[in-house]
Formats: sequence, structure tokens, C-alpha cells
Amino acid sequence: MDKLQTLQGVAAPLMRPNIDTDIITPAGRLMDASPETMHQFTFEPLRFLPDGGENPDFVLNQPAYRGAVILVTGPNFGCGSSRETAVWGIKGLGIRCVIGESFGDIFFNNCFQNSVLPIRLPAEQVAELAAEAGADQGNRQFTIDVAARTITTPSGRELPFELPDDRQEALLEGLDDIGQTMKHDGAIGEFQERDRQARPWIYLSGQQS
Amino acid sequence: MSDASTLFDKLWRAHVIRPLSDELDLLHVDRLLIHDLSGGRAMIELAEKGLSVRNPELCLATPDHSISSLPGRTAASSPFGEQLAGGLRRAAEAAGIRHFGLEHANQGIVHVVGPETAFTLPGSLLVCGDSHTSTHGALGALAWGIGSSELTHVLATQTVRQRRPRTMRIAVDGELGEGVEAKDVILHIIGRLGVDAGVGHAVEYAGSTIAAMSIEERLTICNLSIEFGARMGMIAPDDVTFDYLHGRPLAPAGEDWDRAVAHWRGLVSDDGVDFDRQEAIDAGEIAPQVTWGTSPWQTLPVDGRIPAPDDFAEAEKRHNSRLALDYMDLTPGQAIAGTRIDRVFIGSCTNSRLSDLRRAATIAKDRRVAQHVTAWIVPGSQVVKAAAEAEGLDKIFLEAGFEWREPGCSQCVATNGETVAPGERCVSTSNRNFVGRQGPNARTHLAGPAMAAAAAIAGEITDVRTLAN
Repeated sequence: MDKLQTLQGVAAPLMRPNIDTDIITPAGRLMDASPETMHQFTFEPLRFLPDGGENPDFVLNQPAYRGAVILVTGPNFGCGSSRETAVWGIKGLGIRCVIGESFGDIFFNNCFQNSVLPIRLPAEQVAELAAEAGADQGNRQFTIDVAARTITTPSGRELPFELPDDRQEALLEGLDDIGQTMKHDGAIGEFQERDRQARPWIYLSGQQS
Repeated sequence: MSDASTLFDKLWRAHVIRPLSDELDLLHVDRLLIHDLSGGRAMIELAEKGLSVRNPELCLATPDHSISSLPGRTAASSPFGEQLAGGLRRAAEAAGIRHFGLEHANQGIVHVVGPETAFTLPGSLLVCGDSHTSTHGALGALAWGIGSSELTHVLATQTVRQRRPRTMRIAVDGELGEGVEAKDVILHIIGRLGVDAGVGHAVEYAGSTIAAMSIEERLTICNLSIEFGARMGMIAPDDVTFDYLHGRPLAPAGEDWDRAVAHWRGLVSDDGVDFDRQEAIDAGEIAPQVTWGTSPWQTLPVDGRIPAPDDFAEAEKRHNSRLALDYMDLTPGQAIAGTRIDRVFIGSCTNSRLSDLRRAATIAKDRRVAQHVTAWIVPGSQVVKAAAEAEGLDKIFLEAGFEWREPGCSQCVATNGETVAPGERCVSTSNRNFVGRQGPNARTHLAGPAMAAAAAIAGEITDVRTLAN
């Protein structure tokens, strides 16, 4: 996994509540999905007009936000389907951090699997960040410092955020979950051996048709 | 402090291999369900990393998302069927994973196949790369949906790294009114609690109404847990559960069965145990539901009127409602009944089991689908389809003008190309009324199977209770 240590850039406010992963990556675009191409269809129902042209009202189509690296989102962003393509898509657009009051749980986890940082903050703080992201004050640069667990806004305010130690380490070091868990292979085997005595019915025999 | 435990606590504790930090545990996965949309790809990814499937005997694969529901279908009947269902078959065969392929008598939607084959068991920890995996909690399993990276992780290690959610108990008590189904109960709950009430929680459903439900009804309840944000929904296993499972293909047998049942009887929340949140629902208040918006909380009794954005106190709900009314092309203040529809879809992991089809058939019998409506029945599995045909349900539907199709996810998620056309209005027994869910600019009204069948007959949203008389 790629590392995420510090992030500096524009934050785009996308405050519509309950943006589900069907909006982020419509089902019709999933079949041939790859992490490299998914961004073409990200936010398709909001980002494009029925004729295929760009919707000028959509925040990421506006010149000030085209290069955004942070999304400030409405509540329950990423609810719905477990499709990880939603994270591939926003990452493909250059977004490495999403900040909101709440997120769909599966989406929230999927972000970490792709080195995208989701940050939960109280609603008032999210609203303030959205306001600052939306204000044209010459400087639109936000800074996220993963090691310090802080957001610095264009006006220089510093906000702390919560991030568990293991997830911080994974982001800073670019650690892969599978590699981490494989270190416990012995313990997994011991668990299964013990559990097989207690719950033999769980341990099915091999393939049967 | 008492040492009383919730059902969730007991299920969780039984699967901890070791804590990885204060808040993160490494948990054993007893059951992994794999489908065509992400399964083949995950196994290829695994091979590319030089890894193999750790416990193929604890996995089950079946295609559902990409395949056509067309009668007489092959993998080639849908645009990506050969690529994805074929890919799943090849990967499963190479790994030695139990695979119910397109031609297999047990093929179907993962969340229908798991319970009906008893691959899903009480007390098991089950995951799948699909958010509706909460369904399996209806049998007393600890089950939730994961992403594709986590799927690869499970294949390689037979474990998940997971943070403990908070607990919530929703008690539903009382008798259900005439024409009220499990779908109406859970839509009512979502409407009442709000679309993100379950975020971060594992939900246990309890109370006399739930206890009186069949397993198929409980599966519908747990299925929609994710629609108010709860990754996990569960119901304590009881005699209804054990009767349902006994004798199914992958259920324990003989002495193992007796031992298992004795073990499963302990899987209940202890008296007086604390939950982080508790809610009580009066079953008598629930009417047949239909959704009017683009989020599952936007539901109302079928005899109700479409709300106006200003009816809602919260700014967020007003905002959502304005967008939804516009997308759905509905007028506040009008009765939802009488809204003309174009399509009906009866199927999906929510409502495609035998009892669902029976209820729809009761409505369809000796009636005709309205001329302007295209109505599909997509059974949840080959087992459901065969059982329905054995009792003649297919004939009832066909005579009424419904299409009787092959098992799969079909128009619920429309990844197989079976979309609702732009601007069309569909009454669907599925689980999501999201913008574009059934196809670009498609309009979805969620309802139970009897309500959906009634809408097909009437050609408009209609109160099943009046049609039945």
C-alpha cells in the first residue's frame, strides 16, 4: 500500500447528505472496474449531465476545486453497497482524505485499505471546514498531518482528529493488512485446532458437489 | 457490574484469535461467501501476491450479480457473465472452493443460498463482499459485509481485523396488522430511527413479533440492517431456527447436530444485560409501507400522503427530501397510492424466498398484470425456483402475465444489464431506492412482495389490503 504522511491541497465541500456508493460508482460501471479507470465514472450522476457533458454545478467540476485532495462531506457519506470501487474512484480523482460527521462503516474501512484517510469530526467542525473550503480567500491550502493527527486550515486554525495507532502506523509506513496478519499464522492454526474440538460442525470437509 | 453478556458479545468473544490493540481484534472467519462481482478478481489478486486460499473448505462461491435472469440463460446471456461468472468458476475450481455454478441445483443469490444450504449456522462468523451480508444474522450468525481488499485478506488468512461495534437492541412487540409483512416492519424501523441510526452498531432484533416470525421473515429483517447503517443485524437462534436448519445439506448431522443445538441454545442475550442503545417498536402501529424517496428512511404507510420537505424538522432531511421529490417526480401532499408505475420487480436477497413468492402469488392468482406494466419474478435460488414450481406458483404468475425468470440479483442492482429505463417507475421488493440504483434515472419504490404484486395488478401503487378484499 502507498504511504500517506502529509497531505496539502484544496478541500472541496460536498455537503449533500447520504451520498451512497451507488452515486459514487454506479452499478453499470462496476463490471469492468479497475483501480486505474474507475475515476472516469466517479460521482457520475452528479458530475455529468444526461448528455454526458460536465455538470457545472458539481463542486469538483469548478475550476477552484479541480485539483482537490480533500473532500468535506455531508453526513453518512459512503453509505450503502460495500463496493470498494467507490474508494478507487475518489482516489483516482486525487482525493486522499474525506472529512465528515459520519460515514458508511464499510466505506470507512475500505478507505484505509486504499491509503485514503477518513476523518470523523463533530457536525459543527465539519460545517466550519466546509465554510472555509468554500470561501475564496486567495489561499485554499489545507494541510493534513497524519503523524500529528491534525488538520490545518487556510486561515491557520489547527484541528486535532482521532486515528487509532495501528491505522496511523499503516498509513505512515504503507503497511499491508495481509502481511501484518500473516505474522499471526501460528495463532490462527492454534485457534482452529482448539475450536475444532469445541465446535466440530464449523469445520466442513472439502468440496462436495 | 454483572457479567451478563449480549448475544453479540458471545459471538464476538468466541472468534477472537488475539487482540491486536486495545480496540482491534483478529477474528476467525468460519464462513466466507463469494460471488462473481468481486470473487474471481480477489482470487486472482491473491495468486498474484503469491498467496493461496487458506481454508477453501470454509468458503462457498456462487454467481449472482453479473448473470442474466433470462429463462434459458447461459453465462453469455449478460454482457459480463462469461467474464465474471466464468472467472469465478475457474478461480473456485483452482482453489478447491465449493462452487454452485450457473447449472448447479443450488445456484442462487449468496444471501439466499447460505441459509438454505445451512452453510450459514448459528454462532458462526460469516463475511462476504456484499453489504447485505447482515442477512445471515437471522440465524444467530455474526455476519457482515466487507470490501474487496478485506475479502482478499480473508481468503489468505481466514481472519478479519475488526473493531468492536457498539450494541443496539430493537424490540418489536405486538401483533402485526392485516397485510403487514416483515419488509414493512423493517422499513418502518428505518423510517422511525433514521438512515444512519445503526452506523457503528451491531443490532439485535428481539421481542414477541420477531419471535413469532419464520426464518424467511427474519432474513428480510436482518437484510435491511445496513439500510440504516448497521453492518450487523442478528436474532437469537431458537427452535424456529433449529427446525429450519435440521436436515439441510451442510447442517451438522447425528451427534454433531445434538451437540451443536445444545451449544446454540446458549446464544442469547442474558437477562438484564446493557446495550449501548435500546429502541422499542409497537408492531400494531405498522401499516404496509412503500418508499417515496431515494433513501430507505423515506418510507410511508401506503395510505399516507407524500410529505413536503418542510414537514421535516432537520435541515438535512429537508435537503434530502427536496432532492428526492425532484428525482422521483412526486408532488407533496398527494396520496402515494394511485401513483402510476411501469415496472414491478419481485426478487433480491431481501424478498425472493419461497414464502415471499407465495404471498405474491396469493395476490396474483386469477388476476392480470396491468397492460402497461412489465412485471418480473426472479426467485432467489434454484432451490426456491424448484420449490415454487413444484407447488405451481410459476403457473399462477405466468397466467397473470408476470415473467418467471432465473435466479440472481437481477434488477435489484442491475449490474447484469437488467435495468429499469430512464424515467420509468418501478415497485421493487429489493433493498435500495438510491438514485440510479436500478439504472440511470430509474425511480424505485421499495415495498414487500404482496404490495409489489398488487401494484403490478393495479398498474399503480395500491394498498394491498383493499385489493385483497
